[in-house]
Amino acid sequence: MDLIEILSFAFRSAVGPLAITFALAAIGLNIHYGYTGLLNIGQVAFVMVGAYGLAITVDVFGGSHVLGALVGLGLAALLAVLLAVPTLRLRADYLAITTISVGEVLRLATRSSQAAPLTRGADGIAGLGGPFYALNPIPPGDYGFWIFQLGSERRVWLMLVGWGLIALMCLLVWALMRSPWGRVLRAIREDEEAARSLGKNVFSYKMQALVLGGVIGGLAGVYYAIQAAGVAPDTFDPRITFYAYVILILGGPGRVLGPVLGALIFYALFQGADVLLRQGAAGGWLPLVEWFGSQAIGATRLALVGLVLMLLMIFRPQGILGDRREMSLGA
Amino acid sequence: MAPDTRPHVPATEEQGSEPSDLVAGEDLALARRARAQLAEVAPEPGVPKPDPLLVADGVRKSFGGLVAVDTRHLEIQRGTITALIGPNGAGKTTLFNVLTGFDRRSEGTWQFADQDISRMAPHRVAQRGMVRTFQMTKALTRMTVMENMRLAATGQTGEHLLSALLPGTWRAQERENTERAQALLERFDLAAKADQFAGELSGGQRKLLEMARALMVRPRMIMLDEPMAGVNPALTQTLLGHVTDLRDEGLSVVFVEHDMDVVMGISDWVVCLAEGQVIAEGPPEAISDNRAVIDAYLGARQDLDEHGPEGVR
Amino acid sequence: MSATAAGGRLVAVTLVVALAAGGLAALGALAAPALAEGEESLRGTLQVDGDPVEGVRIEVTDDAGATVAEETSDADGQVEIALPGPGSYDATLDVDTLPDDVVLRDPDRATISPDVSPGATRPLAFPLQDADTEEEVVSAIPWSRLAQGSVNGIKLGLLIGMASIGLSLVFGTTRLINFAHGEMVTFGAVVAWMLHMTGFELPLIAATLLAIVAGGALGAGMEKGLWHPLRSRKFGIIQMLVVSIGLSFLLRYLIQLVYGTQRQTYADFAISASVSLGPFRTTVRDLLIMGISILVLTGVGLMLTRTRIGKAMRAVADNRDLAESSGINVGRVILIVWVLGGALAALGGVFVGASEEVTWIMGFRLLLLMFAGVILGGIGTAFGALVGSMVVGLGVEISAVWLGGQLKYVWALAVLILVLLVRPQGILGVRERVG
Repeated sequence: MDLIEILSFAFRSAVGPLAITFALAAIGLNIHYGYTGLLNIGQVAFVMVGAYGLAITVDVFGGSHVLGALVGLGLAALLAVLLAVPTLRLRADYLAITTISVGEVLRLATRSSQAAPLTRGADGIAGLGGPFYALNPIPPGDYGFWIFQLGSERRVWLMLVGWGLIALMCLLVWALMRSPWGRVLRAIREDEEAARSLGKNVFSYKMQALVLGGVIGGLAGVYYAIQAAGVAPDTFDPRITFYAYVILILGGPGRVLGPVLGALIFYALFQGADVLLRQGAAGGWLPLVEWFGSQAIGATRLALVGLVLMLLMIFRPQGILGDRREMSLGA
Repeated sequence: MAPDTRPHVPATEEQGSEPSDLVAGEDLALARRARAQLAEVAPEPGVPKPDPLLVADGVRKSFGGLVAVDTRHLEIQRGTITALIGPNGAGKTTLFNVLTGFDRRSEGTWQFADQDISRMAPHRVAQRGMVRTFQMTKALTRMTVMENMRLAATGQTGEHLLSALLPGTWRAQERENTERAQALLERFDLAAKADQFAGELSGGQRKLLEMARALMVRPRMIMLDEPMAGVNPALTQTLLGHVTDLRDEGLSVVFVEHDMDVVMGISDWVVCLAEGQVIAEGPPEAISDNRAVIDAYLGARQDLDEHGPEGVR
Repeated sequence: MSATAAGGRLVAVTLVVALAAGGLAALGALAAPALAEGEESLRGTLQVDGDPVEGVRIEVTDDAGATVAEETSDADGQVEIALPGPGSYDATLDVDTLPDDVVLRDPDRATISPDVSPGATRPLAFPLQDADTEEEVVSAIPWSRLAQGSVNGIKLGLLIGMASIGLSLVFGTTRLINFAHGEMVTFGAVVAWMLHMTGFELPLIAATLLAIVAGGALGAGMEKGLWHPLRSRKFGIIQMLVVSIGLSFLLRYLIQLVYGTQRQTYADFAISASVSLGPFRTTVRDLLIMGISILVLTGVGLMLTRTRIGKAMRAVADNRDLAESSGINVGRVILIVWVLGGALAALGGVFVGASEEVTWIMGFRLLLLMFAGVILGGIGTAFGALVGSMVVGLGVEISAVWLGGQLKYVWALAVLILVLLVRPQGILGVRERVG
């Protein structure tokens, strides 16, 4: 087992573009679940419309990347409104059921041949991100030292912008959540009937929260499309929402920096576990592949993530940044 | 609109030492006169009142085939304490829910301060000045006592998404609300707990908080759903004191209660529901030996002193 | 071929491929290995009128024209061709290997050119028809496919209904929406597959019975080991819901670990004689599945209305506190609900596996349909859930006639949202009270 390789890879992953994408998606989810108590199990849908909004604008309609990004964010907001109207007046689990279905159905619809003129079906849309890299001010080269390797100038540029976006979003969440507006959201999370009895328009606030968190999810999608230089429907599977939840609950729901810390740790562990499992398989001390076949490593890793989510939710639902005292009060 | 609704502007100068500016939006003299007028009202179901704040007509609520509430006519006099009694399952809480917009009515209309509110969403009913509490206290457990209080203030600029980002637009208002909240907390003996989580309070303290919080809305009518349930006798006396104080400051109070001693002790008027209908109303003395009331309780095999919770949920 | 005997009736003869409408492809078809991180492949079923066509050779060449693979359809008409990697390929059907009475519907389409992305399985679509079928007159309303869609829809509806009883009863008695319920379906299908196809080689019927027992045990284990302790620790509904999401991923990937990403069928009943009832065409196997499902559903209905335990379940669902105070052992009732739900989910899984395929993701896909059905019918009401499931099943299959198999889930979602807008309590549900 090569510890340096694992550490280096874990670091690279923790600060890399995918972790950034998930941190953004989880910041959006934090507004939904962490602050308002909205059980959105389809954050992937917002990420997906963000990404496809950009991709289709650029690919099919020949628009600029900036316009595409705006379209992506706009579509995410629209999706939030469409989801809000039928579900937000009902009990929390209706939103859960609807969002999980929307996430999966959007993916299936996007990859269908009927949608292919717009979405290019299952193969997706490639060739995005050119104008983004054209703006790159960073001189060519490989950056990083020892186990802290960042990669090429393109990757550094991506990460710079990504972490900038994260900082901006955290600032936004911080500013909002210390205001009376954020106080109403937290009150809704605690008990929406009570908020209503005190004259708060709960539906309107839930809608605002769903839209805001959805748009941040859409931003994650725009960023994802650029970092992957394209989109394909099957990347947007239910695992994305699931990771976002693990990240959020790991870091601390209802905490400004919870999703960021969660993403760092999750990606370091998740990718570290991958290297570890693969080294174990190669070294013969963990004969998963021999026993179960080639899917074994991926499957083991995901099953472990499921277990982690359960254990976190049961034993430390307040996450790393949360306050045990606060959580023990019960929701 | 009556001239006495004062939106979120603290009126510290008016009425000088009277604490009523802290809680009430009502004209004190008017309210006192209204209470005195009640003496001349006949104790009959559905009787009109001289100065009603709430007038309900034909309010009906059914769940599936089950009719939970079916009141022909009901008026609540301004400035009084009105008790709502009745055996378990009589529809008291449902009537609360319907009147405050929490349950959708099946039929009926009702006016609050001469305005039709029968189709109004619950939050708008509250904003109009009719604020209710819940049988099971709904303290916002993971928010501090002070946050609970501040939340309840109405007309907050900072509750709009865009102004929320500009603290300059809401800081001053927040300060005023905090001051008023502090005063209310002192009055309800909760000032020492201001920075604790509401979830850390005892059951009785939560009842107090819920009442104080409702007052932050500046209601004209406060509707208390079993405010004394599960509270120790000493605190019951304190709560009763608060309720009568509120009335004396001009607020109209409606409350659901099972304890007949409490009902008889503080109510100006008692309304008895059975199977969703108003079967009797009148001053407490008139109700305590009303045949229909006794029958209703016996019919439901309940003692008049029954303390149990309403209905099994 | 029996279809030919049907004579003058013009039957739209569609060879259904992995992603096409109707036919046997129904659910499993959509369970395309979207999430699979496996190898690229091409896959399809060659059939005429529901009858498999065996021994047809398909050759695959790459961009450069070099032959990379070659397969012949098996007794089920299935062809699966593993590819060396992602890319563009040409797949050519060798017309000479077709039986004499079968021709390509479009003679110019003997070669198709799928683009295969990494990890993807692409359909092999070669529409076939009887040689003596007249040129199809395309009518506005494809009656025969509609009839076929209805049969499939009834079957799917029954399967959804049976599998979702547990979901509904668990919700009714504990207020938990169990997102891991889909994995209980997969679990049943996979356990039966393992007992049937590997090692033990039990007959499918025996394997199914054991899978039902295993499903019940899984339900009991989840209740005893997880949900009961959480409930007694006063966990909130939302927290439990998130736990169930974690559990669903844990189970889903444990199943993937053990079972793999492949799509398999049961050997028993893989081929089944086709039966025609007027315009409706089905197979003995599907009739059997539908018959057993109806029996089971009737049995559950009788149990809920006539037996003591059934009445106790309804009492707990109705008003838990009242049930408890009138002497019902609520804990035991909930345990039985889990056992029953797990067993029925497992049986549903085997049936879906038998009529389509067994995959590690099948339960999750079915879960989305179960949600739609349960909400449509009225959440927490067992009979409502059945009605809702039938509507969803029929809707999904009939809409597939027009929308194609790829979009049929869209319909289910549309129904779900429409119901939430118009009548959130469902067809048979009663409005909840608040406050």
